[in-house]
Amino acid sequence: MRKAGWLSGVMAALVMGAAIVFSPLAHADEFDALASGHFEDMAGAIATLAASGNPQAVPVLHALEEHQLFASSQGGLFIRQGENYVDARTGQPVSATPPDLHPMRLNNRVRKALAGAQAEMELVAPQRDVRLKAATALYGRHDPALLPAIDHALSVEKDSGVRVKLEEARAATILGQAPVEGAQSQRLEAVHTLAGVGGLEARGILASVAAASVEAPDVRKAASEGVSAIDWHLRMWSVFQNAFYGLSYGSVLLLAATGLAITFGVMGVINMAHGEMMMIGAYTTWMVQQGIRATAPMLEPVSILLAIPVAFLVCGTIGVVIERGLIRFLYGRPLETLLATWGLSLILQQAVRSIFGPTNLAVETPLWLSGSFALGGMDITLNRLAIFIFAGLVLGGLMLVLRRTPLGLQMRAVTQNRRMAALMGIRTPRVDALAFGLGAGLAGLAGVAVSQIDNVSPNLGQSYIIDSFMVVVFGGVGNLWGTLAAAMALGMGGKILEPTIGAVSAKIAILVLVILYIQRHPRGMFPVRGRGVES
Amino acid sequence: MNLLSKPGARSFPGAVRMAAVVVVVAIVLAGASMLPESNPLHVSAFVVSLAGKYLAYAMLALSVDLVWGFAGILTLGHAAFFALGGYAMGMYLMREIGARGVYGNPNLPDFMIFLSWKSLPWYWWGTDHFAWAMLLVLVIPAALAGVFGWLAFRSRVSGVYLSIITQALTYALMLGFFQNGLGFGGNNGLTDFKDILGADLHTPTTRAVLLVVTGVMLALALLISRFVVGGRFGNLLVAVRDAESRTRFLGYRPDQVKLLVWVFSAMIAAVGGALYVTQVGIINPGEFAPANSIESVIWVAVGGRGTLAGAVLGAVLVNLGKTLFTAWLPEFWLYGLGLLFLVTTLFLPNGLMGLWRPMKKAAPEEVTPEVSDTQGDEA
Repeated sequence: MRKAGWLSGVMAALVMGAAIVFSPLAHADEFDALASGHFEDMAGAIATLAASGNPQAVPVLHALEEHQLFASSQGGLFIRQGENYVDARTGQPVSATPPDLHPMRLNNRVRKALAGAQAEMELVAPQRDVRLKAATALYGRHDPALLPAIDHALSVEKDSGVRVKLEEARAATILGQAPVEGAQSQRLEAVHTLAGVGGLEARGILASVAAASVEAPDVRKAASEGVSAIDWHLRMWSVFQNAFYGLSYGSVLLLAATGLAITFGVMGVINMAHGEMMMIGAYTTWMVQQGIRATAPMLEPVSILLAIPVAFLVCGTIGVVIERGLIRFLYGRPLETLLATWGLSLILQQAVRSIFGPTNLAVETPLWLSGSFALGGMDITLNRLAIFIFAGLVLGGLMLVLRRTPLGLQMRAVTQNRRMAALMGIRTPRVDALAFGLGAGLAGLAGVAVSQIDNVSPNLGQSYIIDSFMVVVFGGVGNLWGTLAAAMALGMGGKILEPTIGAVSAKIAILVLVILYIQRHPRGMFPVRGRGVES
Repeated sequence: MNLLSKPGARSFPGAVRMAAVVVVVAIVLAGASMLPESNPLHVSAFVVSLAGKYLAYAMLALSVDLVWGFAGILTLGHAAFFALGGYAMGMYLMREIGARGVYGNPNLPDFMIFLSWKSLPWYWWGTDHFAWAMLLVLVIPAALAGVFGWLAFRSRVSGVYLSIITQALTYALMLGFFQNGLGFGGNNGLTDFKDILGADLHTPTTRAVLLVVTGVMLALALLISRFVVGGRFGNLLVAVRDAESRTRFLGYRPDQVKLLVWVFSAMIAAVGGALYVTQVGIINPGEFAPANSIESVIWVAVGGRGTLAGAVLGAVLVNLGKTLFTAWLPEFWLYGLGLLFLVTTLFLPNGLMGLWRPMKKAAPEEVTPEVSDTQGDEA
């Protein structure tokens, strides 16, 4: 600390020297200097005032920042409080409004001094969270002029959390200035501190230290080691971050693909209008939100929750209608069904475009779903997390339906062997209609989820449908675990490959891998076994 | 299995007639476009290039009919071969521009200079020679079809699964060609063509000649296809389509049969794509869009699958409808197209040719659209 003291002595001398050299006029005290209106004098006065421990420093500087500080042409500084004024020097209210008041103006230099002074005062504020916030803010500033303030704060600080932040800020500040003879061990220590902090900010400082030729060799070496350690950490966290994005994308794919897989499993039919069911689900979410805004604004935060059952029912009903009105006439002709549902998807897209217009609609994310929190070096956005949880709940619910309800039993029976199921008295047409409705309803749920992370437009379905097909092909039908594994594998695989080879190449790579994969496993990862599914 | 031993059991007279009609129409239109503008029979350049476009699409439809109508493979990615053929032709046309481009570089096409490339990528070598480019038109799509088909048919990927991965194939190609780094002009594709074999692409004469060439190529494709599917091989194809397992048990190799027709079909599509680019004047990654492939399937469905002539008829009629519709009622075209899909699959399983045929002769169900791949338990 001896060296630090010496250093701060030099700094203080420099500051005072500057004040003497640049002051055009001598002022009685810092209040007079502040009232003078000379920016240079004001900056100096702010620093002196902050360091003085004067109880008036906080209100005066705050008033200056808020443009509530006025000077009278007859001398004196006043703070405006509503309609009244108080004397800045004493803090006493003045009885009559002083004549000739003009507000104190600021320039960038004064603003900088003001911010520094406030940080300095906050560092020794009695409240812990104020000190912590100030110390954290200092880290990004590395302003050498604040070093004495940091040292002072460190000497009086007791709280370990604040101390850590102060040490980090000090390290960043020390490394931010040019190396001084004899300060080598201090700098080395600072390098180690920063390497432990990590993050892009620390990496930037360390990288410039490592590249500076004036720096001592062992400091440079330590800095470059720190840079590579930070890089490794950042890379690791970015892999986790991408894995998280992949999980959330995989969740959307899972929601979209389970419906496809169910209809394909039960009926051998690929519903090309499945993406449009998602789109309708998203538009339903929008309509529910608009309706609630118009009728019951206090329910608006939970409109997304209300949209879930509505979207399921709307899309499910449309699905049943499609099955009864179209699919059943194409029974046993799966390829024709594919074409017919494609035609249907064109009609639905155009219908939505005619009704709602071709532009994107804004589905608002409620406050409790927006924002994010940091988990280690990851940034977890709440809406993506919610989609992940939602997909898990839907999958669990679907498992229950398939395993514990008569309808689920019948659907599984029809999937395994349609003719045998019919012979056992299962009304297969009814199962078909309900399975198709269930699939469409699930697509509607996917639409609700997508409305939170993507644009709601008539083309919404198109952007997810091919990936969903890939999930079905990859995972096989008739087994939800297969769909789950495939959705997560495709979602995560794509996002993890993205940073290295780019988004488009990642997509192509995934498509090619799936195409190659089903050469070996033509019925997906978890094929339904049995005589009923002979190809 | 008497059918298999009788060559030429089905002769497709419609295909021959359609080939003749196509050539005559192409020649008449081309001739009419050469008349002076004051002549009431004059046909504008717009109509000529439109007709050329339709005929090129008809080649794509014919290629889809070959695999879907005869081998039962519902391809949702055939536009990929069409577009690849188009890109090969586009490469030649780009090189023909030579030093007349915006940047005036005799070796590099404009977009490469724009991307500040220093030299021609190796796969562009030799594309300034017409013959080499034409070889690429045929070989590249055939090679892709060969590899893809070999992998798919060998492991008996069929039915809806196969349809979906053909769609994934063309989707992957579309994404790839959108990238600037691939060296095919990225988003904008290849365009601004000046001439072909030294003839200015924008003169009425060149356009007329190109229309006739397209007509002749389409007629040739029709005749060759008729030869291929009319004989024993055609019978084998239909056998594979209608009862693949049974055909295999009889000692045939369905995978090889399918692969052959698949590659042949890809080459027809590629030639169509190459001719398309000369007349439309641009090729971009949008041609790979899965929607295009699916649309070409509906042309075949409208005309009547498994009839050869029906594919040509369907392609021309649907595209004519599209041109008229999008000019008059642009919002309603997608409704029309969607309804077309629904109506043909529900009510016209044999397409327009199916409507016409029962009147001519009481045809047996020789071309039933019964495909029982994924419903094996019901077959």
